[in-house]
Amino acid sequence: MQFGIFTVGDVTTDPTTGRTPSEHERIKAMVTIAQKAEEVGLDVFATGEHHNPPFVPSSPTTMLGYVAARTDRLILSTSTTLITTNDPVKIAEDFAMLQHLADGRVDLMMGRGNTGPVYPWFGKDVRQGIELAVENYALLHKLWREDVVDWAGRFRTPLQSFTATPRPLDGVPPFVWHGSIRSPEIAEQAAYYGDGFFANNIFWPKDHFKRLISLYRDRYAHYGHGTPEQAYVGLGGQVFMRKNSQDAVREFRPYFDNAPVYGHGPSLEDFTEQTPLTVGSPQEVIEKTLAFREHFGDYQRQLFLMDHAGLPQKTVLEQLDILGEEVVPVLREEFAKGRPAQVPDGPTHTALVARRDAELQEVQA
Amino acid sequence: MTKALVVVTAGLSRPSSTRLLADRLAAATRQHAGELTTDVRVIELRELANEIAQNMVTGFPGPRLREAVDAVTAADGLIAVTPVFTGSYSGLFKSFFDVIDKDALAGTPVLVAATGGTARHSLVLEHAMRPLFAYLRTVVVPTAVYAASEDWGAGGDEALAGRIDRAARELAALVEARPGHSAAEETVVPFEQQLAALAAAKE
Repeated sequence: MQFGIFTVGDVTTDPTTGRTPSEHERIKAMVTIAQKAEEVGLDVFATGEHHNPPFVPSSPTTMLGYVAARTDRLILSTSTTLITTNDPVKIAEDFAMLQHLADGRVDLMMGRGNTGPVYPWFGKDVRQGIELAVENYALLHKLWREDVVDWAGRFRTPLQSFTATPRPLDGVPPFVWHGSIRSPEIAEQAAYYGDGFFANNIFWPKDHFKRLISLYRDRYAHYGHGTPEQAYVGLGGQVFMRKNSQDAVREFRPYFDNAPVYGHGPSLEDFTEQTPLTVGSPQEVIEKTLAFREHFGDYQRQLFLMDHAGLPQKTVLEQLDILGEEVVPVLREEFAKGRPAQVPDGPTHTALVARRDAELQEVQA
Repeated sequence: MTKALVVVTAGLSRPSSTRLLADRLAAATRQHAGELTTDVRVIELRELANEIAQNMVTGFPGPRLREAVDAVTAADGLIAVTPVFTGSYSGLFKSFFDVIDKDALAGTPVLVAATGGTARHSLVLEHAMRPLFAYLRTVVVPTAVYAASEDWGAGGDEALAGRIDRAARELAALVEARPGHSAAEETVVPFEQQLAALAAAKE
């Protein structure tokens, strides 16, 4: 099981001080936070992709390439990479390059994006979001698996005798997650390819995601990739911790109340009850996170949102210390208990290469 | 088989004339549809005002709102009553229908009604309520019922009672004729079909 953090990369005014970081400060803070994630023993750092203020991460592979050079073990990922508005050829090239530079410590999460104007800015039609996700990913999947590609589709200029370079490291493409908040079509797509499904469940109640994830698991088995329990599931989470629960609530409340996404809406108490958000002691975070397994089954990756809503960098780094020292070690131990042997661990390049080699041997034998 | 009649009322005062009208419409419909086979559930939007506003912000309904939305979308017939505010349905009334999936009410028989201080606003039913429910692809009964303050006094009652009875009869007939239904299940298009549809569109 892998644990990590995912960032939206928002530039938000700290509501307690009125101070807004510059884009430069925020970008550097994201890199510091990524390095800290490795330092405290986390496995994954994932960055969002956005093309509008107040967000800074428009160029994920640039950022992740820099982080790759400054870390040794951390898996670099995205949350999400826009499969709708990016050219799949460029995604294939950028992430294969990153995969080589990072010695395989790379995977990525496909998403459609939820900002309407981004589509027209990149010459696309928001009403074709699902179709774009389907066709573009079909091409990306092919570009990473076939050395020479002839291809024609609806949304991109055709390719004749095209080879995406560099070829994936060891001939094994980066693992792909498909992220979705509401579309069963995307769960179906993830299942079809035998890819992972990431439910960013942080804003919505769990029942909704239970349906999506069980659909994904069933269809994963339907397409012959394994049993439903062997499907690759990732989940979001959102926490703020202090030793004493009341201190965490008091400190986080102004950030919650003014947060860009859910601020000025429900109370912190209601939101904590209805969504995975936990504001409290490390023990409370442990308990709530362990309950995810009861709802969604044994899963492979848990990402936490830690650095948003204007929280100062110093606070975020403290949060990562608590996460790495007090929470994740317990979660690793507890999640390992009773985990069936056939349930896969979180995907790594090494594991994928081994799986490919085993499959080849089986074919030869 | 028992039919579920759901009444949505957006009156704000207690008691409200909107609720009063809603209750009379419900009772009349039940009378025409069969007392024993019609369950009536009244949803007072006033009690859901906070959760409706929060749903606007967060994108998901709180537990009580979700329960109300489920009841409305599973209803065999709907009675929707709003006070007239600033020349139209109230914002709370509109917001409730805004947070419901736009396809979830398709085919549902609906009786629309409104209350106001004077009869001068009665065309709200035809110019605001009917288009809203047409957009939601519901089946709106021909008679819409408007009650002004004067309708509750001397001389008004008979005309109002007549309209209530006619509208209720129309709704009851649609509810009875409608086959039993359950809330739409989430269906998934198999992935090969999604790919094939794209290939076909390309040709």
